[in-house]
Amino acid sequence: MKKTMMGNYAASWGAQLSRVQVIAAYPITPQTLIVEKLSDIVADGELKAKFIKVESEHSAMAACIGASSTGARAYTATSAQGLALMHEMLHWAGLARLPIVMANVNRAMAPGWSIWADQNDSLSQRDTGWMSIFSSSAQDILDSTIISYKVSEKVLLPTLISFDAFFLSHTVEVVDMPEQELVDKFLPPYKPEYKMDVNDPRSFGALTDEQYYYEFRYKMQEAMDQAIDVIKETCREYEEITGRHYDLIHAYRCEDADMIMVTSGTIAETTNVTVDTLREEGHKVGNLQIRYIRPYPKKDILAAIGGAKKLAVIDRNISPGYSGIFSQELKSALYNEIDIPVRSYIAGLGGRDVKIEDIKDIAYNALEHDEPNDLIWKGVKK
Amino acid sequence: MIEIRMHGRGGQGAVKASFVLAEAAFQGGKYVQAFPRFGVERRGAPVEAFTRIDDKPVQIRSQIYYPDGVIVLDPTLTEVVDVTKGLKKGGWILINSNKNPEEYDFGDEYNVYIVDATDIAVQNKLGSRSAPIVNTAIVGAFAKITGLVEIDAVYKGIENSIPRFQEENKKAAKQAYDSIKSE
Amino acid sequence: MAIKFQKSDKPIKIEGAHDMPPMPAALGSMLFNKTGSWRNVRPVIDYDKCIKCFICWKFCPEPAIKIVDEKPVIDYDYCKGCLMCVEECPKDAINEELEGK
Ligand code: SF4
Ligand code: SF4
Repeated sequence: MKKTMMGNYAASWGAQLSRVQVIAAYPITPQTLIVEKLSDIVADGELKAKFIKVESEHSAMAACIGASSTGARAYTATSAQGLALMHEMLHWAGLARLPIVMANVNRAMAPGWSIWADQNDSLSQRDTGWMSIFSSSAQDILDSTIISYKVSEKVLLPTLISFDAFFLSHTVEVVDMPEQELVDKFLPPYKPEYKMDVNDPRSFGALTDEQYYYEFRYKMQEAMDQAIDVIKETCREYEEITGRHYDLIHAYRCEDADMIMVTSGTIAETTNVTVDTLREEGHKVGNLQIRYIRPYPKKDILAAIGGAKKLAVIDRNISPGYSGIFSQELKSALYNEIDIPVRSYIAGLGGRDVKIEDIKDIAYNALEHDEPNDLIWKGVKK
Repeated sequence: MIEIRMHGRGGQGAVKASFVLAEAAFQGGKYVQAFPRFGVERRGAPVEAFTRIDDKPVQIRSQIYYPDGVIVLDPTLTEVVDVTKGLKKGGWILINSNKNPEEYDFGDEYNVYIVDATDIAVQNKLGSRSAPIVNTAIVGAFAKITGLVEIDAVYKGIENSIPRFQEENKKAAKQAYDSIKSE
Repeated sequence: MAIKFQKSDKPIKIEGAHDMPPMPAALGSMLFNKTGSWRNVRPVIDYDKCIKCFICWKFCPEPAIKIVDEKPVIDYDYCKGCLMCVEECPKDAINEELEGK
């Protein structure tokens, strides 16, 4: 059934439809509405779940870890400083191989105190062993939540679903809600093979010397590799019941493109529209939206780039002292594989609006120059 | 696609108005997007909200700079903010006011419409005299001006987005709809 | 090879990653790794003094104190001789005895 809702509520609905059993969260703007809604849903008895109020995000993740260890489907949501405070626990959830799903509203790290869109918060958690998605619409948020539980529970890795503050969190749009029965069929209850069980007591996460730790890391990498196929297969299954197509990347008009823009989050959707305008002007451009940064879909990306002659990456994030993170990742994927120039652009940090005109400017700049560039800060007031 | 900018004052419900407008258009079979100007809202300070309406899913994710139409919820705002900023040539301005359209001078490039949404809200006991809730009257007037949605879609939108006083709100929308004289 | 998660009371030979569960979780080594062998001082409960407050039971980190017939009973297979129980007993009801004497 189609409904209008804010991106935040799409996250709440995604969790409800996934029949999460434990929610532990601490409020932070612009995430607050997600958990407020869930606490209402739980209080009204519409979702049989335990809502745990905690004193910090660190505790929220700790509670999710506890719940997930016992085999419960656990959910939380956060943003920026809250996600940063979880950092230690994120590594724990990853290495304990717990299929927790979390929403993160991409918000700029403070100071300056900001509540606006910026990807640095979730990208700072890139190496914690979480699968990591950047959603680009309210529909994407809802669908990704449901899909992620299935994927996470198969490969035993947690998933982080990030989406831009306000551009998605507080924007009302049309969302097609799948029927609960349909979701139930797609996503059966979580029955873990490995769990904390009073009838089979054992210790988890105990001292692990170098004879084994190394192998646990290896196994995590193996799971990430397998996840690529599992994600594809799960997305296909989801498409069968909903008609909506998802993948690790979304290539728009890339097949015959001479130049491909590489984007993520809400900028990706605005770029799709921009590509149409640029095509009308006669420029053969495409847009490659990176949805998953972990596992990194290297093969898919190389295939989508195909015979393009140039790439232009737009990053709403920055690794200070080097460059945008999507740009770095892309360059390392291309190395030894495809030898074409990559031009790197920063845009939209701290929620600065990225308009069609801005993306056009970036495209024109990239079309005009054939050499790889020093980082260009689109629209920075120097 | 049409893009609408809403001007109001903090606490006056401009954001809610953009949502109700979107809901009405959605009930009329359109794809919509509605969002506030991303800032920190203060009571009484000028605020903006936006609505996009299209026949296909809306993919543009930036704010609206060149609206097709502008809605002004508070008549005093026209003196404080440039409500026509970026407004496309031939665009329309809908003002909640009890004055005559002729009393507003925005040049000949725009079509000015007036609806006395405050009076309609008060008549229908929506909100209080000092803080009337004008959303639904505004949406009714919008439906008439643009012809984008039928009044029935506005009713459905009200049913879906306003939990209380639905009948009063529908009446307000209809009254506003009827009060707009096509030029 | 199948991943082991079944507990075993004999040492499991782990050849590599594929014998291991995905996460660090015990596979039953405590069933044969008896920590009692670490002990050089043995705590012995004097039941005449014991008031059955079970503070020792609560504090034993192993935990090697069980409650049997409403009395604290030390399991010497696992008591590692840390003497936390001796320290915490409010009635000084637990005596220390050197092992191997
Ligand atoms: S702490 Fe001492 S008194 Fe209390 S139950 Fe143990 S041995 Fe007995
Ligand atoms: S000595 Fe330590 S391990 Fe042994 S029973 Fe006392 S507290 Fe437990």
